Amino acid sequence: MAVCVAVIAKENYPLYIRSVPTENELKFHYMVHTSLDVVDEKISAMGKALVDQRELYLGLLYPTEDYKKRYGYVTNSKVKFVMVVDSSNTALRDNEIRSMFRKLHNSYTDVMCNPFYNPGDRIQSSRAFDSMVTSMMIQVC
Amino acid sequence: MEWRRSYGRAPKMIHLESNFVQFKEELLPKEGNKALLTFPFLHIYWTECCDTEVYKATVKDDLTKWQNVLKAHSSVDWLIVVVENDAKKKNKTNILPRTSIVDKIRNDFCNKQSDRCVVLNDPLKDSSRTQESWNAFLTKLRTLLLMSFTKNLGKFEDDMRTLREKRTEPGWSFCEYFMVQEELAFVFEMLQQFEDALVQYDELDALFSQYVVNFGAGDGANWLTFFCQPVKSWNGLTLRKPIDMEKRELIQRQEATLLDLRSYLFARQCTLLLFLQRPWEVAQRALELLHSCVQELKLLEVSVPPGALDCWVFLSCLEVLQRIEGCCDRAQIDSNIAHTVGLWSYATEKLKSLGYLCGLVSEKGPNSEDLNRTVDLLAGLGAERPETANTAQSPYKKLKEALSSVEAFEKHYLDLSHATIEMYTSIGRIRSAKFVGKDLAEFYMKKKSPQKAETYLQGALKNYLAEGWALPITHTRKQLAECQKHLGQIENYLQTSSLLASDHHLTEEERKYFCQEILNFASEQTDSPGHKVVLPMHSFAHLRDLRFTPSNAVVHVGGVLSVEITVCSQMPVPVHMDQIAISVHFSIEKNSYRKTAEWLTKHKTSNGIINFPMETSPFPASQNSLPALELYEMFERSPSDNSLNTTGIICKNVHMLLRRQESSTALDTPSGVALDDGAPVLKCCGVTLEPGANTITFRTQAKEPGTYTLRQLCASAGPVCFVLPHLYPLAQYDVYSQEPQLHVEPLAEKASDASLRVQSSDKVTSISLPAAPAYHMIEFELEVLSLPSAPAAGGEGESTMLGMTEAQRKPKDTQKADHCMATTDHKVSIECPWSIYSTVIALTFSVPFRTTHAVLSAGTRKYIQVCVQNLSELDFRLSDSDLVDTGDSTDLQLLPLNTKSQQHICSRQSVFFVWELTWTREPPPSLRGRFSMEFRPASEERLSISLKPYTYEFQVENFFTLYTVKAEILPPAGTELCRTGSLCALEVSITRLSDLLEVDRDEALTESDEYFSTKLMYEVVDNSSNWAVCGKSSGVISMPVVAQATHRVHMEVMPLFAGYLPLPDVRLFKYLPHHSAHSSQLDADSWIENDSLSVDKHVDDQLDSSSIKSRGSVHSAASSEHKGLPMPRLQALPPGQVFNSSTGMQILVIPSKDDHVLEVSVT
Repeated sequence: MAVCVAVIAKENYPLYIRSVPTENELKFHYMVHTSLDVVDEKISAMGKALVDQRELYLGLLYPTEDYKKRYGYVTNSKVKFVMVVDSSNTALRDNEIRSMFRKLHNSYTDVMCNPFYNPGDRIQSSRAFDSMVTSMMIQVC
Repeated sequence: MEWRRSYGRAPKMIHLESNFVQFKEELLPKEGNKALLTFPFLHIYWTECCDTEVYKATVKDDLTKWQNVLKAHSSVDWLIVVVENDAKKKNKTNILPRTSIVDKIRNDFCNKQSDRCVVLNDPLKDSSRTQESWNAFLTKLRTLLLMSFTKNLGKFEDDMRTLREKRTEPGWSFCEYFMVQEELAFVFEMLQQFEDALVQYDELDALFSQYVVNFGAGDGANWLTFFCQPVKSWNGLTLRKPIDMEKRELIQRQEATLLDLRSYLFARQCTLLLFLQRPWEVAQRALELLHSCVQELKLLEVSVPPGALDCWVFLSCLEVLQRIEGCCDRAQIDSNIAHTVGLWSYATEKLKSLGYLCGLVSEKGPNSEDLNRTVDLLAGLGAERPETANTAQSPYKKLKEALSSVEAFEKHYLDLSHATIEMYTSIGRIRSAKFVGKDLAEFYMKKKSPQKAETYLQGALKNYLAEGWALPITHTRKQLAECQKHLGQIENYLQTSSLLASDHHLTEEERKYFCQEILNFASEQTDSPGHKVVLPMHSFAHLRDLRFTPSNAVVHVGGVLSVEITVCSQMPVPVHMDQIAISVHFSIEKNSYRKTAEWLTKHKTSNGIINFPMETSPFPASQNSLPALELYEMFERSPSDNSLNTTGIICKNVHMLLRRQESSTALDTPSGVALDDGAPVLKCCGVTLEPGANTITFRTQAKEPGTYTLRQLCASAGPVCFVLPHLYPLAQYDVYSQEPQLHVEPLAEKASDASLRVQSSDKVTSISLPAAPAYHMIEFELEVLSLPSAPAAGGEGESTMLGMTEAQRKPKDTQKADHCMATTDHKVSIECPWSIYSTVIALTFSVPFRTTHAVLSAGTRKYIQVCVQNLSELDFRLSDSDLVDTGDSTDLQLLPLNTKSQQHICSRQSVFFVWELTWTREPPPSLRGRFSMEFRPASEERLSISLKPYTYEFQVENFFTLYTVKAEILPPAGTELCRTGSLCALEVSITRLSDLLEVDRDEALTESDEYFSTKLMYEVVDNSSNWAVCGKSSGVISMPVVAQATHRVHMEVMPLFAGYLPLPDVRLFKYLPHHSAHSSQLDADSWIENDSLSVDKHVDDQLDSSSIKSRGSVHSAASSEHKGLPMPRLQALPPGQVFNSSTGMQILVIPSKDDHVLEVSVT
């Protein structure tokens, strides 16, 4: 379902980015990067109003022609999750996307809890996180 | 009017428009009618009849017929209006109001529905009654109309739903259903319920989408195959007409293609949204629509000519944009760019791909194949629509123009791109703007104008770098490298190449290519000297660590220092560098102390390895972009007294750090890299850097003293230099020059012998040190012997030293305390030729032995006993003990009675030596003895230095025996043994052994007729309280000074204990008359109140005073009243003059029989 999962630091550099290996990785990098524009926009538009509601899900960022829908999610510490979803799969409802993000968030929190992980480093050696992302990618495809 | 609906839907104010048509039977709807707009909602029967007869004759029949028709069509919405005219009534005054026509009609037709009949009074008159009746009529009309409308609408919706539920049945047609639901939408639109109308379209939209998705999932509906026909026309959306009847008809006829259906649907939605004043939603939905159309076409595998969709999308985008622009003013558009910019960028993208497709981007222009394709595409556009034919900027015209020629395409494409970038930038979507910019750069590169492309690429690269996106960085750099190569920006190109060559995201081949590019350049340009290309080091290699040898990085002037660096080359192939150099910043330390080896070695305890942190290159560039702080400590001292005035930290690269951030345009420009020219450098030539870690060693000979800071690392190959502008953390080494110094330290352990020549005389000891190279430390140990005359002195020094030692002997407290060793302090001063100060060393010597002597007598024979007491912790071996008489006389002879020549003396033990003293002449003269012995520590078998023998000097006088005292205790008469408690007789006989001698000449001597006598006092003392002396214990006797003169004294003593008791002591004193003046001064304050006698107490007479105390005498410390009184004095005889022959004798005392108490004292 997800064709690309990215975790982006507060300073907008990628902490983790993985895409379906069959496709052009570079394209996804560009795609995720440009979608940060919209994430930023949504975060600033959200402003204080939504902070209280603790709504972390940003919803659909913007679609592109080639089958990809991008969803955004931002944690309280302004770490962003961007997920590119194959849009041919309309069976995915908002709620499912939300739950996927929540799973991602939990897994990310686990990574952060690792005392050997330096916050701000790339997530490279977390097998649990990797397998979680893999499961999100495989689930439907 | 207010419209209430079922299902709890909120009441709304609606405007219902109605047409009045003449009743015809054929107009009545048949069963299954789907048209709602032309539906007859209410049937009204108008009658003017006021005459009963006429009513009965015609109107009633007519009415009945009408009602029957209505019933046949199951229509229950009808109204009968009776128009009453006063004028007509006047004629028929006889008609009773009760039987009025109205009542009749009500009776006949409106059973239980009396409100279905309305009276209208004089409709043409202007009276209040007329008005009233009109109002009542209209209200009724409205209510009934609405009732009917609601009922029919509900019925229609139900029908529609039923129809929708049938969609799984095989014969179901989407187009039919579409028409039905659209009818509903039309009704809502008519009612001005655009929201509801929109909902109908959205439902249709969703339904269709769902079908498409299901089709994709393999669940195809028959009717959908129809939409899968190949696309033949791609003329974009048409939003200018409220209803595109052309397309509607196509749908109605089930001939519409997917694009037609979508276009029509969206056009309707757009219209409604614009009615709702929501143009931005149009833009948003348009984008979604375009995307989903493209996807749906793919999903349904509809065959589309290449480029056709691009055309369609491009036209649609522009159409939507123009439509929105048409209904909004400029300010509104500007503030809502966020919504439209997506369309702009989509249009740009599509135009670009069209351009590539039609060969409009290539350098040479389109070839014939491209032209054919263009023609096909233009054909698919069809003719321009009439409604836009007049506008100059219609999307159709634009596209046609853009595809017509290379120049026109470029113009349009650039226009669009710039507009898009501008819009993105203005709403802060920088990243998207950069992305479009990159596309534009690609275009420029294709058009062979790299200088234009460069700015876009640099901009994008900067953005990616700032946010650390590795893959886009690599990709953009690759493009940039190509661009720079075309532009001939050698430095930039080489720099980018070096970055790419070290980029791990590239393949090995690509990296090698870029690396080779650098090497090629380096080898090509060797012939043109002077011009250097300076590139930053970090892309080329990484300095990992640096190691100084010696490890504390401190060398003396002239010393050799080596610096070993480890460089990790990031190139994929080995690179040969002509030279690697480290430039050095030299600073002279003002503080001379800091240059000393001592300070430097103390303060630099590091192991000489400096590790440089790995630069995490693609990481948050914001931190990397700043150069590292170069901090130094700073001390400012006042020139006069060298005291510290200020201290602080200064940053030596403030100019780098305090730049404005914006001004540092590109992160990769070599602006920050400046070559330190003219600075001293450490060099290493001809090094080949293998990929990975390389170790390079620099050697340097230290010249000037001071601190050297390594600042730059520069690796050069031909004209190409890779420079690491700042080494951080700081790597420094220090060079010092230092005057010779002398240190004297006590050594705990013995060092090995040094080959030193020590010349010493009484005053001067000179030590010649062996020649040593500069900056060497000579350490040696001197053993110092304490000799009474000339002690040797020691010292340590550096360089050749002339040691002048002056020893001053200063004995101090030779016998400070019994258990402490006697100490002797010495001072040794060492004078060095380089210093005006002499080093004074205080030495304290401890004498390990204490020696005492004693004269022992046996009758007239004399023995000298020397006791050597070892006070130290060491064991000694004593040998060659000797006692000689240093006096002049040869009359005395000393006969050693010591058996061993070697004696071992343990710590804290004593050794006694005894000599017999014989003489040839009587009386013997005084003895000036000197005892000497060799000693050496027992632990050392062989001592390197010969110790001078230990000596002890003493003098013995008047040791010749004058008197013998013999005491005897006799048991009481009649008993054999003494008993406790019974008196015994003590017989003391004092015998003079010699005639008058020189020593007897003193005050005590009295002379009468050549007969000399002297006065002696005897005293019986029992120290151990064994005896009680009864009666007088002392007395004065006059002793004739004649040989063998004997004096006997008889006394009584009583033994207090039983056992072998030693005899009580008998002491002799000289009894001096009181007139001797000199003696009264001797011990003025030691008068003893005992038997009116004063005792001249000697230092060694401790025993006596205690015995006196034991007899209960009171010792008066200062009896000043006795001072000067003419009291006789006692003088003890020298120890050798009296020989007590009964010393050591014991007498047996048995306990008395009548003792009840036996006292046993255990001592």
